[in-house]
Amino acid sequence: MSKVDQNGKIPNNVDLSSDKRLQRALEHWLPMYMEWWNDMGPVGFQSKDIYLRTAVSVEAGGWANFDYVKMPDYRWGIFLAPDGGGERTIGFGDHFGKPTWKEIPGEYRGNLRRIIVTQADTEPASVEQQRYLGSIAPSLYDMRNLFQVNVEEGRHLWAMVYLLFRFFGKDGRDEAEELLSRRSGDEDKPRILNAFNEPCDHWLSFFSFTHFTDRDGKFQLASLAESGFEPLARTCEFMLTEEAHHLFVGETGIDRIIKRSAELTIETDGQAETAGGIPLDMIQRSINYWFSYSLDLFGGEISSNAANFFGEGLKGRFKEPGRYEDHIMKDGIKVIPIVKNGVVVEEEMPYRNTLNEVLREEYIADCERALRKWNRTLEKSGLDTRFKLPNRRFHRAQGIYSDHHFDPEGNLITEEEFRANMHEWMLNTDDNDYLKSIMHPVTEPGKMANWIAPPARGINGQEVDFEYVRL
Amino acid sequence: MTKKQPPRVTVKVAPNVPFMQDGAATSVDPGTPVKGLDGVPGHPCVSTKTLPVTDHERDNSMDNISLQTDPSKYRHWQVEKNGQEMRVNMNVNPDHPLKDGYELKLNSYDLGVDIELADIVRRLRFEHPEITSLVVSSAHEQVFCAGANIHMLGVSSHAWKVNFCKFTNETRCELEDWSEQADVATICAITGPCAGGGYELALACEEIWLVDDGNSAVSLPETPLLGVLPGTGGLTRLVDKRKVRRDRADVFCTLAEGFKGKKALNWGLVDALAPKSKFNDKLSEHLVSKREERPGREERKGITLGEIPFVDEDDTRKYSTLSVAYENDRRVAKLEIQVPSLDGAPQSIEEIHAAGDQFWPLKFARELEDAILDLRVNRHHTGLVLLSTQGNLHDIKAWDQILIDHKGDWLVDQITYLISHVIQRVERTSCSFFALIENGSCFGGSMLELALACDRLYMLDEEGVEIQRSPMNEGLLPMTTGITRHACRLLGEEELLQSSSRNFDRLEATEAEELGLITEALDEFDFEDMVPVAIDERVSLSPDSLTGMEANLRFAGPENMESKVFGRLSAWQNWIFIRPNATGPNGALTLYGRPERPEFAWDRV
Repeated sequence: MSKVDQNGKIPNNVDLSSDKRLQRALEHWLPMYMEWWNDMGPVGFQSKDIYLRTAVSVEAGGWANFDYVKMPDYRWGIFLAPDGGGERTIGFGDHFGKPTWKEIPGEYRGNLRRIIVTQADTEPASVEQQRYLGSIAPSLYDMRNLFQVNVEEGRHLWAMVYLLFRFFGKDGRDEAEELLSRRSGDEDKPRILNAFNEPCDHWLSFFSFTHFTDRDGKFQLASLAESGFEPLARTCEFMLTEEAHHLFVGETGIDRIIKRSAELTIETDGQAETAGGIPLDMIQRSINYWFSYSLDLFGGEISSNAANFFGEGLKGRFKEPGRYEDHIMKDGIKVIPIVKNGVVVEEEMPYRNTLNEVLREEYIADCERALRKWNRTLEKSGLDTRFKLPNRRFHRAQGIYSDHHFDPEGNLITEEEFRANMHEWMLNTDDNDYLKSIMHPVTEPGKMANWIAPPARGINGQEVDFEYVRL
Repeated sequence: MTKKQPPRVTVKVAPNVPFMQDGAATSVDPGTPVKGLDGVPGHPCVSTKTLPVTDHERDNSMDNISLQTDPSKYRHWQVEKNGQEMRVNMNVNPDHPLKDGYELKLNSYDLGVDIELADIVRRLRFEHPEITSLVVSSAHEQVFCAGANIHMLGVSSHAWKVNFCKFTNETRCELEDWSEQADVATICAITGPCAGGGYELALACEEIWLVDDGNSAVSLPETPLLGVLPGTGGLTRLVDKRKVRRDRADVFCTLAEGFKGKKALNWGLVDALAPKSKFNDKLSEHLVSKREERPGREERKGITLGEIPFVDEDDTRKYSTLSVAYENDRRVAKLEIQVPSLDGAPQSIEEIHAAGDQFWPLKFARELEDAILDLRVNRHHTGLVLLSTQGNLHDIKAWDQILIDHKGDWLVDQITYLISHVIQRVERTSCSFFALIENGSCFGGSMLELALACDRLYMLDEEGVEIQRSPMNEGLLPMTTGITRHACRLLGEEELLQSSSRNFDRLEATEAEELGLITEALDEFDFEDMVPVAIDERVSLSPDSLTGMEANLRFAGPENMESKVFGRLSAWQNWIFIRPNATGPNGALTLYGRPERPEFAWDRV
């Protein structure tokens, strides 16, 4: 099962050649996918050699094989994490301890389809959001990272589409086509989730997106990697290995901007933009903007779907086996701050209904860890400024806080107060115009745009001035 | 149950806590994404733990509900008129449920929301005769409508659930009736997920338009999610009205997320699709064509429906045209109608329009409806209504004649339709009705029709006590099933039916009995002896059994969609509502939105 077939049109370790029907269906989908990639994938650079990582095996090391590849020739394939031998059991919920499902349990077919389609929709969406960024990349190193992220998001779409084709019959095929027909930000056919319809048209947003929004993906994938539906679990497990690189790109990208902005701030006595840099308060606004949008992706604080998915054994918690003792949690409660009569009060809710919030808290803790690193960079620069994550209630469009307005500290304020301060709190039109105005392509190996510091090291042991993209 | 009625009063709110059941569900489910990365709509569910409370305690805890409202009091709907096109946007205010204990999230609705909708439909009938189309849409950003509020259902008594369903059904049926009777195009414009009762509202419109955005969907998720049925005619309208094939309907009704776009169109669940950017333009063009198909009504001027005044005192509810006296110990109500003399009555079309809501037949119909709804919602301890009239046959004949003479005038026609609608409502009321025909009564024409809607008619056999048929009894006031009450009574007696048709003579008790128009003719002594006994006997019988028995006996003859909605579907729904698989401690409705999963008893019963 985990032996990789590299010879067919579609590299895979799911023994595609023995399932002719599935193979034909996927081969039928392949040209539609390529058409989408050509229409909606990265603009330009498609014929260039790019130093990319391609998965050739799911064993340790095998998934990180580096070489020059033209993006359309990238070997998008289907890989499930190794099954590890032995019988897996369901690790949580009402079916705890029973063998995992190798095929779809009929009663959960609808819910699983929704989970998979919603996750799948985010993969092509982010490629669409980022398609113009190559032409204003601050370095070849960054350009290569952008394209690496793009091709892997494409592969993640393949992973999800495999599940739809393999387990959901005609409905799955219809959904797979829909995935290629929705468009990020399109009025008529928007992507399912809002953060994936937000424009991402300069590199501060790109790094913020890969840091905050892809990090949501990490937590979603991690909780689906616990799923009692084994093919989903093993698919997500393998996607996580790739996702880690995306987070690395975002986290270090912002860190490098902070480092450079701090230098320019000191050099210009607080006027970084006079030297073509990105002011620190603008970075804070980008954090506020993308962090709050990404929090919405976890869904409502009190959610019967979340309770159902857990009870049914479809979606677990982050690192379920190691971090939690009680894997059933039928009677637990959790306190959730809610707005009642104009004040925030704490209310007890059945624990399972709060699982979106449980996952969101894990995410916030992870974001805080990265924030501490960024603040250490500021500290080293000698500046007193520090970044903060806004309160989870700030600027929410989903969940129990979305009907109210909060300041970044989480205090309830009026809509008027929110509107009056919005521009100071979140990336605004002027910021975006300015950011786009300073983003000029830098294509000489090893050189960086003025607004960003070089990375500490190159990719796969290469030097920073390695020719990551042959232009 | 309930219903609405024009103008007036606010909806009173009941005390909350005792209304709650121990568990409680969540607010609804719009089947498809409201967005939340976990894949799905993060549904709010507020689970509140309180001690179990019995239905009896719950019902006693409620204040009276008023079924009257007016546009200045709407909380949940926006009504916009643009030329001859009317648009009503559902915009449910979550903070104003009819009762405390739940929030109306995601455009989910409760009785309070439907009372407003019923008021809207009624005002369209009388106040806006010039319009050519009605668009029903949503002002909610995320969803069209999430259906009936599940949390409300979860905490409601059985009686409340049944009454709620009956009222909402009547509202949708009236929307359909009005659309046909007033010849107005009704279009539901769905922009967002539309689930359960939301789609049932759409089904009550002539056409359903769906935005094709990859997210908006129609669904009936009651069976897969809640273990109940779409309770507002959804199943019946799917196969009987839209003629969706039964197997396709079967697939659709078991799929929680429903269908989007092309599939919804191909399977006949919607009539038109349009992308979001073109939706409003295409719809506007369509409305223009609907307007052009209906020329000549621009000049019509509607009348204004004012409040329906009444006085409640000493257990008697008094209106200007009738009164209802409640004998609560006996569980009997006396409904007495006064038919006024014709002196000064408007005769010309102009005079009728000028009289507006003060024109007696209209005033009477509105007051009778309000009385019936008050009986259903606030007085369900009552087991039997005794109907009587005061006046003379000459006057009622003359009043009816005004309606007959001016048939074809929009206002007069709508008044006749309303009278018909109200009499049908009497027949759908879970209460026994006896008509008592005595000295001084005036059961002619429309009043006789009301008597024929009763379960029994006792007539005093005495000189001067007469009834009189008129053209009103020959098709102008049909039953829900489309036939006359006369034909329904005499289904197996064709000769009798023929001999009494077109017979507009005044009839004494024995003649009326011979013609099959009354239950029994009783002389003075028998009347005094037997009627009280019949009353006492009636109120001693099981109320549940009587409700079922009456519903079976009242509607002999053919069925139509409306009669199926009320008879078949609501009977099944009400059965399911009391079954453990829905409302037992581990039932699907009970547990919806809670962390536990339902456990079903698998026997098919």
